[in-house]
Amino acid sequence: MIQFRSVTKRYARSAPALDDVSFHVRKGEFVFLTGPSGAGKTSILKLIHMQGLPTEGEVRVSKYSSRKIRRREIPELRRRVGYVFQDFQLLEGLTAAENVAFALECTGTPRSRIEARVQRLLGQVGLAPRARSYPRELSGGEQQRVVIARALSTEPVVLLADEPTGNLDERATTGVFELFRRINAAGTTVVMATHDAELIRRNPGIRVLELEDGAVVYDSVSAGTGPGRST
Amino acid sequence: MRSLREATRGMRRAPLLSGLSIAAIGLSLFIIGLFALTAHNIDEALTDVESRVEVVAYLEEGTPEAIVSVARSEIGGFPEIEEVRFVSKVEALYDASRELTEFSDVFSDLEVNPLPASFELRLREGSRTPEDVERVAERLRGYEFVEEVRYGREWVDKVYALRRIAGGAALALGSAFALGSILLIGTAVRMAVLARSREISIMQTVGATDSFIRRPFLVEGLLTGVAGGILALGLTWLAWWTVNRSLLELQWLPDLWVALGIVLAAALGVLAAGRGVRKEISRIEAL
Repeated sequence: MIQFRSVTKRYARSAPALDDVSFHVRKGEFVFLTGPSGAGKTSILKLIHMQGLPTEGEVRVSKYSSRKIRRREIPELRRRVGYVFQDFQLLEGLTAAENVAFALECTGTPRSRIEARVQRLLGQVGLAPRARSYPRELSGGEQQRVVIARALSTEPVVLLADEPTGNLDERATTGVFELFRRINAAGTTVVMATHDAELIRRNPGIRVLELEDGAVVYDSVSAGTGPGRST
Repeated sequence: MRSLREATRGMRRAPLLSGLSIAAIGLSLFIIGLFALTAHNIDEALTDVESRVEVVAYLEEGTPEAIVSVARSEIGGFPEIEEVRFVSKVEALYDASRELTEFSDVFSDLEVNPLPASFELRLREGSRTPEDVERVAERLRGYEFVEEVRYGREWVDKVYALRRIAGGAALALGSAFALGSILLIGTAVRMAVLARSREISIMQTVGATDSFIRRPFLVEGLLTGVAGGILALGLTWLAWWTVNRSLLELQWLPDLWVALGIVLAAALGVLAAGRGVRKEISRIEAL
C-alpha cells in the first residue's frame, strides 16, 4: 500500500529531514510513527500525501509513484489518502456539519447527496448531536472528530494522522484513538505520528516505526519483536 | 453557481478587505476615468477646431463669372472638399466691414473695393491632414486666375501636433495608471487569498483540483473588478457633473468607452486574482 525506497528529503540547504528511509506498510495495517520532534515524522506523512516530492528515492502509495505522478493526479491521490492534523484546521466560520460538507463539495459530491453523507459521517465519529455547533463551541476531542469525519468524507484507503491526540486530554485521547482503531478495523490503513509513549505502550499489537534525525532507527516488524515494541 | 456562492461568501467573510480591494480598483480606474474624460474632451475640441480648417483661394481682379462658375463646380468635385463657398468682392467688403466695425468708416469711404473675390473651401473629415491641405492648395495654384492660396499651414500643423501630443500622453499615462492598478489589485487580491490560506490548504488536503480551488477566487476577482469599475464610473460621473455645473461644459464619455472600462475592470480583477491565487497555491503547497 505504502512503500518508501531509499527516500531522502531535503528542505533548502539544511540537513536532510529524511535520510535514506525505506519501509513498507501493508494494506489494512496500523502503524505508529514515533520519535522526538524534528525526527522526520511529519515529513513522512507529507511525502505519503505528496505534499512535495522526495529529493532522492521513491515513494509509492497504492498505484501512484512519486517518480511518475503528474500534478493533476495529486488531487486524485489525496482523495484516497485522508489527513488529520494535530491543530484540527477547521474553518471557524462553519459549523461541524458545514466543515464536513465543505470537503464533500470540494471533491465534487453532488449537492443532493451531501446532507445525508454529512449526517452519516458525523454519526460514524459519534458527533451527530453536535452537527450545528461551531468549532469554538466544541471540545478538543470533538473538534478532532470533526476533522476525522472530514478526512473520511472521500472514503480514503489510507488515513494519515499527525499527532492527532497531541492537544487532547487523556479521556479525549482514548476516545479519538478508539475511533482510529474502528476505522482501521473497517479496512483502512492508518499511519499515526505520535510521541505519546504511553499510547504506544498501551497498544502493543500495533507496529511501531521509530525515527531519529531523519532515519528509521527501529521497526517492530523487522526487529522481529512482533507488531508492537518490545521495550 | 458554487463559485459565485463561494465568492460572495468569501467577500462577506472579509468585508473590510473586499471593500479595500474594491476601493483600490475604483480609485485607480477613477484616475483613468478622469484622464479618459479629459482625453475625450480634448479630442472633441480638436475635431471641432479641425472641422473649421479652411483653404482660401483669392481670385485675380476681373475673373469672368462664367469661369468662376465652372471652376467652382470643378473644385467642389475634389475628393477632399466638403463645401465650396464663392465670396464676391462685394460680399468680402460687407463681411470685412461687419467683422471689423472699428474700421467701418474706412470701408464706407472707399471709392474702389480693394478686396479680392475668393473661394472658401471646407475640407471633409479625414481629409484635413497637413498633406491633404497642401495637396488641395497646390491644385488651386494651378488655376491661372488664382492669385494666392492661404490656409494657415502653421496653424494646421499645430493642431496636428497638439493631437499627437494628446494621443501620446493618453497612451503613456493610461498605460502607467493601468499598470499601477494591476499592481494594486494584485496586492489586494493576494491579501484576500492570504486571508483564506487555511481554506486553500484544507481544499488541497482533501483533494480539490487546482481549478476548483482557483475558480471562486477568480469569480471574486471578477466581482471585485466589476464593483470597482462601477465605483470608478460613479466617481468619474460625479467629477464630470461637478465640473459641468460650475466650470466648463464637458462631454460625457462615449458608451463604448464606459463598457470597455467595465470590461477592463473585470479583466484586471480576474488577471490579478489569477496571479495572486496561483502564487498562493504554490506557496501553501511548499509549506
